[in-house]
Amino acid sequence: MRPVAATSTPAAALPELVPDPVELPAGLADLRAEVRSFLDDERGAARWTPRADVWLSGWDESFSRRLGERGWLGMTIPTEYGGHGRTALERYVVTEELLAAGAPVAAHWIADRQIGPSLLRHGTEEQRRAFLPGIARGEVYFGIGMSEPDSGSDLASVRTRATRVDGGWRLSGTKVWTSGAHHAHAFFALVRTEPRDDAHRHAGLSQFLVELDSPGVEIRPIPLLTGAHHFNEVRFDDVFIPDARVFGELGNGWAQVTGELAFERSGPERFLSTYPLLASLVGELAGAGRADAGTRRRVGSLVSRLWTLRAMSLAVAGALESGRAPELAAALVKDLGTRYENEIVDAARLLVDIPPDPGAESGFARLLADAVLHAPGFTLRGGTNEVLRGIVARGMGLR
Amino acid sequence: MARNSDLADLAASILAAGSDDRDGTGLDTAAWKACAGAGLTSLTDPDTGGTLDDAAVLLEVAGADAARLPLAETDLLAGWLGRAAGLAAPDGPLAAVVTDATGGDRPAGTAGGTVTGSGGTTGTVSAALTRVPWGRSLAAVVVLDGDRVLVLDTGAAAVTEGANLAEEPRDGLTLDGVTPLATGSAPAGAAAELTLRAALARSLLLAGAARGALARSVAYAGERTQFGRPIGRFQAVQQMLAEAGAEVAAASAASAAATSTARRAGFAAPETAFAVAAAKARCSEAATAVARIAHQVHGAIGFTREHALRLVTTRLWAWRDEDGDEAFWNDRVGAAALDAGADGLWPLVTGRP
Repeated sequence: MRPVAATSTPAAALPELVPDPVELPAGLADLRAEVRSFLDDERGAARWTPRADVWLSGWDESFSRRLGERGWLGMTIPTEYGGHGRTALERYVVTEELLAAGAPVAAHWIADRQIGPSLLRHGTEEQRRAFLPGIARGEVYFGIGMSEPDSGSDLASVRTRATRVDGGWRLSGTKVWTSGAHHAHAFFALVRTEPRDDAHRHAGLSQFLVELDSPGVEIRPIPLLTGAHHFNEVRFDDVFIPDARVFGELGNGWAQVTGELAFERSGPERFLSTYPLLASLVGELAGAGRADAGTRRRVGSLVSRLWTLRAMSLAVAGALESGRAPELAAALVKDLGTRYENEIVDAARLLVDIPPDPGAESGFARLLADAVLHAPGFTLRGGTNEVLRGIVARGMGLR
Repeated sequence: MARNSDLADLAASILAAGSDDRDGTGLDTAAWKACAGAGLTSLTDPDTGGTLDDAAVLLEVAGADAARLPLAETDLLAGWLGRAAGLAAPDGPLAAVVTDATGGDRPAGTAGGTVTGSGGTTGTVSAALTRVPWGRSLAAVVVLDGDRVLVLDTGAAAVTEGANLAEEPRDGLTLDGVTPLATGSAPAGAAAELTLRAALARSLLLAGAARGALARSVAYAGERTQFGRPIGRFQAVQQMLAEAGAEVAAASAASAAATSTARRAGFAAPETAFAVAAAKARCSEAATAVARIAHQVHGAIGFTREHALRLVTTRLWAWRDEDGDEAFWNDRVGAAALDAGADGLWPLVTGRP
């Protein structure tokens, strides 16, 4: 066989898989301490119980308003729109503290994470003034209207249609998996404004700001495995959308949505959904005096992975803060992070002999039950992991 | 922290030249001279103006290019120990050895051994040292023996050659009645700091080797055709390589974050001990997955001696165990987590601020 010569490595040809590390400014320690103290007070007063996957399931409007009063919503929104003009890293610290505590953040989640930044980038002045102050106060809630019955990760296949009419558009079609639509005030709907062109699948899509109390909007629950009502099907029957609620540029919906997804793929919610279960697991083990080598190593592996994921996620947040959009790194965080959320579930099952109990009010058994029943969603939402790996492969030059 | 891309380019230009040493497993002498000439062998010496961050950049490149150079041993370990004890060491490749008499909780498989005799300015010592990295090629070895530090000239040592899985020298050195080149007092906590420094350096090398293995695999998947198209066009192969990409990103992020913690807080800080432990454990875990995928993508040619892939994958296998495998370091992380309990776990993970 012909010897294969040693070549100089092509390591430099690989794209950046993770941005440079971020060191949080020392000043953030005070903010973190404030948030922890607030959460301690809340738990002391039994205002809510820590749960797993709170950004989907923990809908608590009074909690959202209390966060708003503290200035911890709309943190990166400029003050002229009712926000607080703070940095993305400051917001990151508040967010990760809330998730780690298992606090009920679902009501404001989409509005604060996604809609606020999108309105700032693509919204009209009137739209910003109409929605941003309420988002920052924790009083205005949003959903996301991307998926459809036949469109999962393949968003280019959406079929909801908007037809031009006098002074606006008429929408017909169906959106699914809309978290919180039954409580939310509005959502962004991705719809076809031009007929589908198979040669340019991503063209002709636009976004609309749909107020969910508009005539012709019908909201139907899609119960989760737990029986809880978070998801909805949202049907449009000839719903009128005024021109003032066209969001961004007509026909540019695909680019806008892709930009929004970059924000949502790498946040701490991608590895902290089951963190309250991990903390409870460690508490159970420590309380039972379980510190044998096997236990230490298994727990250590979970914690080393958590620490690493946080470093990766912070690195992406730092890059976003400096105006970059590290799409590849964000996809990798979501892939690793959401698989990690599942690993915690298995470790908790196997390390502690307490069966899951969906009827329990709180504690390990309840956290485990919720985590098991919510786990299938972790690697689906925000684009399935398999599709994200395709994005990574393309980024590495394989497609 | 902006990583030093000029330094990375310089290091890559020196190290990428020729890593495959088919006939021997010795030091890449030409590369060593080039590195020494460019100041790359003493980056963390405060007198040279370098930093730990610079050393980290160099080690990642050295790992990716399978450099046959004791850069970490010379600079981060022996260089640091000598300086900390106020001792000068000769120019050239160095290694640090912590003797069995020093005690401490050290991982298996690291350099060790015994020293007898008084040393000092007049006395002589005898030493039996094991698993000394690059022992046969060193200018000197810096030995931590209890609370003293000795710089021993290895020129007169009897060498028992040994190697790790990557054929990197891990030699036995025997010295009989030699006068130390220098003797001094060890700083407090030296053994613990050496363990952390070695684990951090190894994490960076692992992150580099993982990146090297992925890069070679991506390139190969773009060239090798089967069933009429490059194997990289197959979804199954893409999924594997993306999974490897996630592991490489994790190793890189973990080792970089631990470096940044060590630079900011120093090696004596508890948060550095935690960060380095987590990083080495994570990098060792990543090594297994990346090496497995790299070989699967390369097919049969990849596990022959004919192919250069082995230069990085054998390093992944050797280094994942050296300076503490994931069981050793996860044990420490897990103990800290159980100690912190349910309420203390999150502050432990987030550190400061």
